Amino acid sequence: MKVTIVDYSSGNISSVINSFKEVAKDKVNIEVTADLNKIKSSDKVVLPGQGSFKSCIDALNKINGLTEALTEFAINNKKPLLGICVGLQMFADIGYEESETKGLGWISGIVSKIDNQNGKYKLPHIGWNQINIVKQSKIFENITNNSHMYFVHSYEFLPNDKNVISATTDYSSNIVCSVEKENIFGTQFHPEKSDKLGLKIIDNFMNI
Amino acid sequence: MLKNRIIPCLDVKNGRVVKGINFVDLKDAGDPVEQAKIYSDGGADEICFLDITASNENRDTIYDVVKRTSIKCFVPLTVGGGVRSIDDINKLLNCGADKVSINTAAVENPKVVLDSSKKFGSQCIVVAIDAKKNGDKWEIFTHGGRNNSGLDALEYAKKMEDNGAGELLVTSMDRDGTQIGYDVDLMSKIASKVNIPLIASGGVGNLDHLVDGIKLGNASAVLAASIFHYGKHSVQEAKEYLDTKGIPVRI
Repeated sequence: MKVTIVDYSSGNISSVINSFKEVAKDKVNIEVTADLNKIKSSDKVVLPGQGSFKSCIDALNKINGLTEALTEFAINNKKPLLGICVGLQMFADIGYEESETKGLGWISGIVSKIDNQNGKYKLPHIGWNQINIVKQSKIFENITNNSHMYFVHSYEFLPNDKNVISATTDYSSNIVCSVEKENIFGTQFHPEKSDKLGLKIIDNFMNI
Repeated sequence: MLKNRIIPCLDVKNGRVVKGINFVDLKDAGDPVEQAKIYSDGGADEICFLDITASNENRDTIYDVVKRTSIKCFVPLTVGGGVRSIDDINKLLNCGADKVSINTAAVENPKVVLDSSKKFGSQCIVVAIDAKKNGDKWEIFTHGGRNNSGLDALEYAKKMEDNGAGELLVTSMDRDGTQIGYDVDLMSKIASKVNIPLIASGGVGNLDHLVDGIKLGNASAVLAASIFHYGKHSVQEAKEYLDTKGIPVRI
């Protein structure tokens, strides 16, 4: 099996690489690349994302044909794809960080700033928060409800179809922190930084 | 509910862990990679490395330490000390650091914070503030506590938030190494001035000090070194104690 972590200069992806390699051991081949053919021939794809929605989309668009290759992989061929943090947010139609930016449009909805209730909640939302699993997702196999995951973000994904939501977390409101739509998975939290349970989620994704 | 974080800090010099008393008199307390792994297995919410003499000495050893740690450690890793430029930040992130803390360079050239938070995202930019009380205000010190910049700590903290810092790591120079507790007055004043999370540092001698840092200092996270290094308390013990005091922690 070949899992590709998309390397599109979206910021720091070493932790994502380290965690997938730790879980993969020698059983799974982990590729880190933006090569379109390698992405197309992968069994699974991981789309990380750090920084702003706009900077990530700009970075995707800078690589000729990358958005199309990812869309072909996830939408046409329906192969498993996991978006992490801004990687998940980019599934949306539009993001409002920095400026209004068109997303991939794979899961209809928008990405907007968390309402911090006039400073009552610090932003970014940084640290360990519990996830409330609202729909059994393949990536939550053997993950108990209310498990702690590591978050770092100031923006949240608001999908139109609430059925795609697989988990939420409580910070100012119930923030969407995991989605599953057919073969498309996403976590707002960082499984690569969420200790043993995070590694379990990565393992679950690789076993889909 | 978001939990308050406990962050063991490893002061690293030439690839080895040390902890200074007021930044001098260094003792050796082991291998950073091994220590980080022990801490993350023991429930540390994050790990922090401070390369304490990095401003003056050859610092290539830290890259190797970070690289070796990050392949074993699956909680966030923050690295600071001697971070001068975008290039330094880039190198540390590539070695596997999740966040980088900037101290002296942020004072001397605040644009570093602005540029790096734009380039890498605020989530990985921590501004480290070393403050010392002078009359009824606190002043910012640089170069590991050797130079007084004369800047007001509260105004500086606000400015760093505006420049894109994702978190502030606030160390009281008066308390560091003393084990008499955080300067909670300083912490709470800065915490109420900014909307980004504050990590309290400097002066922890017992578990009640951690409680005070959160309850009185309004810190989102508490950082400590010696109480964990020398086996006085484990991170797990600290968390259980905070839990009995009604502080939300990840157990």
